[in-house]
Amino acid sequence: MKQDRVNGRHTLWQIFRAPLLLGLLSAVGLLAALIGDGFFDLLSWVALAIPLLVISWYLRVDNGES
Amino acid sequence: MNIKLWFLIHKWTSLICTLFMLLLCITGLPLIFHHEIDHALMPEPDAVAPGTPAPSIDGLVGRAQAARPDEVVAYLFFDDEEPLMMVGTAPTYTSAPEEFFYQVFDLRSGQKLDIPQPSEGLMYILLRLHVDMFAGLPGMLFLGAMGLLLIVAIISGVVLYAPFMRKLDFGTVRTERSARLKWLDLHNLLGIVTVAWLFVVGFTGSINTLATPIEQMWQASELAEMAASHKDAPLPVQLASVDTAIAAAEDAAPGMMVRTFAFPGTPFASLHHYGIYLIGDTALTSRLLTPLLVDAATGGVTAVREMPLYAKALFISQPLHFGDYGGLPLKIIWALLDIVTIVVLGSGLYLWLGRRRSSLARHVDEIEAGGLADGAVR
Repeated sequence: MKQDRVNGRHTLWQIFRAPLLLGLLSAVGLLAALIGDGFFDLLSWVALAIPLLVISWYLRVDNGES
Repeated sequence: MNIKLWFLIHKWTSLICTLFMLLLCITGLPLIFHHEIDHALMPEPDAVAPGTPAPSIDGLVGRAQAARPDEVVAYLFFDDEEPLMMVGTAPTYTSAPEEFFYQVFDLRSGQKLDIPQPSEGLMYILLRLHVDMFAGLPGMLFLGAMGLLLIVAIISGVVLYAPFMRKLDFGTVRTERSARLKWLDLHNLLGIVTVAWLFVVGFTGSINTLATPIEQMWQASELAEMAASHKDAPLPVQLASVDTAIAAAEDAAPGMMVRTFAFPGTPFASLHHYGIYLIGDTALTSRLLTPLLVDAATGGVTAVREMPLYAKALFISQPLHFGDYGGLPLKIIWALLDIVTIVVLGSGLYLWLGRRRSSLARHVDEIEAGGLADGAVR
């Protein structure tokens, strides 16, 4: 997620695209295990684990200051 | 966009609900594994030799009754995973949940398993703190209202995320400058990443607090209608066999299995009927109860109907709140997301405590500058 800003400021789309994607993944994860078992459970674990992995990624990496 | 207003909304809705939400997150953490803990506290059933004839349910009910001669057998609960049946006895058919005594039987061998009573011990205390803080229906509804405040706090938090992140890249955590800046970044990152999950868990939790009024509404309308044909009939003298009633129910609802069996006189049956609650065998239908009434005098089916939409909404809200619908890995994910939420709540509290005497303008500056207010470290 490198810098791409208009006049040094992010647009709303730039601010919310990553959260939106993670929100959609969470929704898929929350619904999948409700719809079915087996594959759907697996899909649910993967989709809901991604937000947790994103957190651990940004906590581990020193992404400096902006 | 009025940042001032959104800040005030975020601040006050959060402040009112945060301590209760911390209580719910902390008590909820072990409750995610309720089923596993209950089963771990229960002795393993003995191995059953192939060909062992299964005992009749009537026989098991008789044994449960004999063990508690001063009480009535009010409910049977069938485990959805193991061949186990839990028999609930109580002083009367309408006794409060705390007055019930439970006995568990292995349906294959009839072996009785010694279990700790669900209404005692640490897990029970955690459960009551989580559900109603030992304050009954008012406590439940109060926590439901706190859940709605959480929803407003989440929405206002997302709105404030935009001005805060104007000049920052996603995932920015500045650990070097000050503790406040680090926790502000963490509050934003952890909050925005888990927002969809917390929204769903918070909202379905609020719906779950309406369980009692929803039950009462259903009992007074739909259940009463289902039993209406027998309203003026004499009360059954000799109750029909439970095994016969269950067979009749499963016959009338093919592909479904009995989850709960309520005896006549309980709020989930009628004076003339057994109340039988069936579930389907798919991930979704195993959460939706279908009620069926069996004439307690004849053992024949009187009525079966789908639950109304408001009851189904409650049934679907339960797994989405508990996280118990995708095996142990989902429960572990639930627990980790719960811990992240505790950090979001705690950091929010810390951020408020650190600057609670600051002016509104200074707070708005801090948000608009992505945390670098005061000009000092701009």
